[in-house]
Amino acid sequence: MKHTISILVENNAGVLARISGLFARRGYNIHSLAVGVTDNDKISRITIVAEGSDYTLEQIEKQLNKLIDVIKVRSLPADKLLARELVLVKVCCKPAERSELIDIAEITTAKISDVSQETMTLELSGNQYNIATFEELLRPYKIIEIVRTGTVAMQKGSEGLRV
Amino acid sequence: MSHRITVAEALVKCLEAEGISTIFGYPGAAICPFYDKLADSKIKHILVRHEANAGHAASGFARLSGKPAVCVATSGPGATNLITAIATAYMDSIPIVAITGQVSTEQIGRDVFQEADITGATEPFVKHSYLIKNAELVPEIVKKAFYIAGSGRPGPVLLDIPYDIQQQFIDFKYPENVEINSYRPTYEGNKLQIKRAAEAIKTAKKPLICAGGGLFTANARDLVQSIAEKANIPVICTMMGVSLMPSDHPLFLGMVGMHGCSAANCAISECDLLILLGARVGDRAVTAIKERDDFKVIHIDIDPAEIGKNLPVNIPVVGDLKAVLAQLSEIIEKCDNTEWVKKCRSERICLTATENENKIGLNPAAFLEKLSNLLPEKCVVSADVGQNQIWTASCLKLNGGRFITSGGMGTMGYSVPAAIGAKSAAPDAEVIAICGDGSFQMQFMELATMIQHGINVKVIVMANNRLGMVREVQANNYENKLVAVFLDGSPDFVKLADAYGIKGEYVNNISEAETALKNLINSDKPYILQVKVDENEKSIL
Ligand SMILES: Cc1ncc(C[n+]2csc(CCOP(=O)(O)OP(=O)(O)O)c2C)c(N)n1
Repeated sequence: MKHTISILVENNAGVLARISGLFARRGYNIHSLAVGVTDNDKISRITIVAEGSDYTLEQIEKQLNKLIDVIKVRSLPADKLLARELVLVKVCCKPAERSELIDIAEITTAKISDVSQETMTLELSGNQYNIATFEELLRPYKIIEIVRTGTVAMQKGSEGLRV
Repeated sequence: MSHRITVAEALVKCLEAEGISTIFGYPGAAICPFYDKLADSKIKHILVRHEANAGHAASGFARLSGKPAVCVATSGPGATNLITAIATAYMDSIPIVAITGQVSTEQIGRDVFQEADITGATEPFVKHSYLIKNAELVPEIVKKAFYIAGSGRPGPVLLDIPYDIQQQFIDFKYPENVEINSYRPTYEGNKLQIKRAAEAIKTAKKPLICAGGGLFTANARDLVQSIAEKANIPVICTMMGVSLMPSDHPLFLGMVGMHGCSAANCAISECDLLILLGARVGDRAVTAIKERDDFKVIHIDIDPAEIGKNLPVNIPVVGDLKAVLAQLSEIIEKCDNTEWVKKCRSERICLTATENENKIGLNPAAFLEKLSNLLPEKCVVSADVGQNQIWTASCLKLNGGRFITSGGMGTMGYSVPAAIGAKSAAPDAEVIAICGDGSFQMQFMELATMIQHGINVKVIVMANNRLGMVREVQANNYENKLVAVFLDGSPDFVKLADAYGIKGEYVNNISEAETALKNLINSDKPYILQVKVDENEKSIL
């Protein structure tokens, strides 16, 4: 099963190494990992999507909590998950094909971020399913380059994860 | 009040403020600024002969003093030599603060002479570590290091301090308190859970306490005994818990596990309530019980991550054992488990140590029985790893003394440096290291440390001319195909000790044991016994 885990950490040197080391060492599989500073520049927020049983998840949470720099760990409930990732896709695009791609962008709510004589770069943020569909739609146009961020997520509703 | 001093001097002052009287170390260029200031302090520095032993000695010291102890090494090879000791302390939850020199900050990352990424290398087995890049933060970081090492579930903390940082001037003021937002160990146990535990104990027919090293950390030996007595519950221990209760206590059954005694193993496979106290249910300790599902488990531990990790738990209690057991003992009721206790005790076969037939040397059990009878109440026995460790842990009877060993990591070469540390922390205690002829050769350089610093540690070498425990594995699992377990070429250990100015003698059979042991214990200087043991002797006697 996939779990989405939010971690608030002290923004200290080496904290990411400790966390990724812990996952590697204990054999927990990471699907994606995203890090960014919060509104408090001393605190970063890490989102990890990991694979494992409920036992594994409990262990991950407990072991993360043991790290001195980890302030809070929360596994986000699947039914209240607000998850987003961002993808940039550069595809081959002759001037004649532009209108087709503009249509796709419009339907999928993607943005056109860059255009050249031969290419077009589209940008979409969404959940993993939106992004997978988007990729499928673009595949016929020969993808030159693709880059995806890891998932960032929070819980829906009024509750907030803060220090 | 603050005045400007170098970080090196500040470090020494921090250690003084922490009440550190003795540190163990080995210098080198990158840590020289610190040593330069250490010379002006009252702190006693014990020069070991290998950095790993500085770490083990600090571990022995910490186990006896109950407080974090300090070891020091230089950058690069000095630091990497410390790694095994740090990992050993981590596995046994021993509070040590390791200080290493590092190359200057502007050189870090360039592979300069004697640079090693020691915070990176030790990341998996430190409780925490700091590579200090801001001189002004040193006092606060040192305070945090001691706090982290010694609180909650204790463990090693590493301070890696670059050469240039050691020489910078700072305003020195040692903080009185330190708060770490992200680190708040739970000490008080949850009242409701403790009540549930008390009820489970009341209704159980065959309750059993299994106690581990956490009881020493929490200083809760007395409480376990009084709870066991009040509710009439038999007690077994893990290797880390050996010596927590007097061996001849009527409720004490012995050590559990792969190498444990039958009374303890029978009890654990029959109990209907297992009360785990400060034990992490290591794979070698509790195997038999994992296949059963007809019993309940209460697990009390300060580290929530240990609860449910290796064994499903019905009643978890997170907290400091001393606090939790104190709460528990208030509400626990008198129980009648007479039949159960009687049954457990009936399995307690006395190892009647007889003289070996057709064997060379002596029976280790008989030897350890003699040692047990001669030991003063205030004593520390430090066992190494291998057969000598199993014999000592299972046969030695301690009534009041303390047993220490490398339980989690099984690090050969631990016993002598750990004994040096223990003796430094408890100078009044009789301190004896017991090791094999293999492990002794990983640590005999420390005989010099004993002599140089007048540390009166006694050493018993159980000499079977084999890496005994590995030989046994090969005998049992590899059709007795013995490979790389012969210790031919080993020196005469009594002569070796003599070269250091240490007296000793040979014990070739049991009739020589008593006199030799008396000489050992009565000596007011280090003393060594080379004890002959049959090469085919088994671990479980
Ligand atoms: C540093 C280290 N290396 C290797 C081992 C594997 N090992 C475990 S027991 C043992 C044999 C120990 O031999 P000795 O010290 O002579 O003790 P004995 O078993 O004969 O009592 C070995 C090699 C270990 N535990 N630690």
